[in-house]
Amino acid sequence: MAKERKKEKTATGLTQIPKTLTGIKGLDEITGGGVPTGRPTLVCGEAGCGKTLLSIEFIVRGVMEFNEPGVFLAFEENADELAMNVASLGFDLKQMQKDKKLKVDHVHIDRSEIEETGEYDLDGLFIRLGYAIDSIGAKRVVLDTLENLFAGLSNQAILRTELRRLFGWLKEKGVTTIITGERGDGPSLTRQGLEEYVSDCVILLDHRVINQISTRRLRIVKYRGTVHGTNEYPFLIDNEGISVLPVTSLKLEKEASTERVSSGIPALDKMLGGRGFYKGGSILVSGTAGTGKTSIASYFANECCNKKKRCLYFAFEESPKQIVRNMRSINLDLQKHVDSGLLEFQASRPTLHGLEQHLVAIHKDINRFKPDVVVLDPITNLITIGSVGEVKSMLIRLIDFLQDEQITVMFTALSLNTIVNEQTDEGVSSLVDSWLMVRDIEFNGERNRGMYIMKSRGMKHSNQVREFVITDSGIDLVEVYLGPAGILTGSAREAQMLHERAGSVLRTNAMDMKNREVDRKRRVLEARIASLQSEFESAEEELNKIYIEEELVKKITEDNRNEMTRLRRGEDEVAANKVKK
Amino acid sequence: METKGKKYELRLYVAGKTLKSATALANLKKYCEEYLKGQYKIEVIDLLVQPQLAEGDQIFAIPTLVRKVPEPIRKIIGDLSNEEKVLVGLNIRPVKTT
Repeated sequence: MAKERKKEKTATGLTQIPKTLTGIKGLDEITGGGVPTGRPTLVCGEAGCGKTLLSIEFIVRGVMEFNEPGVFLAFEENADELAMNVASLGFDLKQMQKDKKLKVDHVHIDRSEIEETGEYDLDGLFIRLGYAIDSIGAKRVVLDTLENLFAGLSNQAILRTELRRLFGWLKEKGVTTIITGERGDGPSLTRQGLEEYVSDCVILLDHRVINQISTRRLRIVKYRGTVHGTNEYPFLIDNEGISVLPVTSLKLEKEASTERVSSGIPALDKMLGGRGFYKGGSILVSGTAGTGKTSIASYFANECCNKKKRCLYFAFEESPKQIVRNMRSINLDLQKHVDSGLLEFQASRPTLHGLEQHLVAIHKDINRFKPDVVVLDPITNLITIGSVGEVKSMLIRLIDFLQDEQITVMFTALSLNTIVNEQTDEGVSSLVDSWLMVRDIEFNGERNRGMYIMKSRGMKHSNQVREFVITDSGIDLVEVYLGPAGILTGSAREAQMLHERAGSVLRTNAMDMKNREVDRKRRVLEARIASLQSEFESAEEELNKIYIEEELVKKITEDNRNEMTRLRRGEDEVAANKVKK
Repeated sequence: METKGKKYELRLYVAGKTLKSATALANLKKYCEEYLKGQYKIEVIDLLVQPQLAEGDQIFAIPTLVRKVPEPIRKIIGDLSNEEKVLVGLNIRPVKTT
């Protein structure tokens, strides 16, 4: 309930301006909790910029979502017209009026039937409003468009004092009021300078047509006593009312998953640290025409569906049937995933509507389908309906949203060698987590695809250029050949590989021959060694023989001598004995 | 102030007894007596008492004089101090041509 927010305390314990949630998508985010409670807020803008719708939605959302009855004081349209105008948004004003939740009071001022004489005041209006407020206990009031009073009455002096009194009176009543005012010609925000009276919160709506595509924008001109988004925020009006899309949420507090998702191409996963992308990350695949960006995206989508996850594929270039047919040619059956409901295509020409509406359409589809993976193919086509900066701001918001939802997104981008698109690459590339680049390598009379990873946050990734081949059986990445003459791809790589294979066979052969020769040489040498050995042995034996003979001779001689000595000794003994005697 | 058959049915919306309201009523009575004697009917509605009536006659300013009959409805806002304007507004006297 809005009331709970009314007395929001700061860290210092001081009471901040109490705010009332409008219930309008995005507006509460920008204003940090809605419009000031119990005070008037001025919504101004040119004709047809959505002032009345914004104000009626404020009332209706109050009734439907916050149970706060509201009074709509219409100076322009009567109750029936108003009810009819918003019936297309699913707002049943008649029922709300019956339920005493809403009071529409049409103040009809027709100058032709009014004459002014002398002094008067606007007590009648006060009384009517007061009566309407009291009869249903209204908390919200809309005055649309107060400036009609100026058209109907000529006494400006009275009007101005009465307006001042009116705003004071509204504050006293404690109702949260939205006053709408038409944009003036000059620098003033409203034709009658209503902003003088409403000093708390002023919201400016704008409706611009650029390149035949209209964009509505909203800006908080001032909001006293509170922080608020100061940018121009695009908003749009669709069948659910107004949605304001903040360009970025004010904080960067995204969850970061460590879970990984495969790209569907094993070799690519290997380049990305072996496990693929981070879940909830954003991937940009950029490349020149015909480099297989859609094929990569389709593989990714296919992989996701194979894992029983849901994938939403936004095609801005080809129709779903075309994609299914084309992918069949590279052995990828997307139809079965479409049939099983895991894959959904949303195809539309970018020029169908403006960027913002695309964004909202994407938001809606995502909220409905709840995908795990989203593919946008290609984002460059969006350039046709917006400037680079606008596309970037749209993609920032999309990536923000997807990260919040933990949805992995893959964009493809066509890069031509023109300045504009290089900017796109750069513009978007700073946002994405992983950037794959597919590039033509023109060499040797043919065109081949080379892929490399420009960046991939938070993971080890290969710095190698891989050749990216698309065959009947699918896509694959092969290592490019780094030869003496540089990088070789395609048939040059094949030729070089064949060449190398032949060379290696020849080299093996030569090696074998060498081996055999060595073998032979060894054997010859061994034979020679053997013969020398035997020669040596015979020489040695000869030497031994001589030696043994010598020994024998020596021994025999010794023996003989000894014998002789012995024999001789007998005689000598006799002789000796004789001498002694 | 009799009932039926009056040529002029006038309704004056006021909010309480303010000076402006009193002036307006006094002025109105004076003109009626002067120009419409016997053929008018004045109804004074105090919106402080009956606020729900404000919406029906599209009242936003006080005081407002509404000429219900004869048709078409005419409204004169203010204290009716300008006699000329009131008479023109009520179509009581044709605009003098010069």
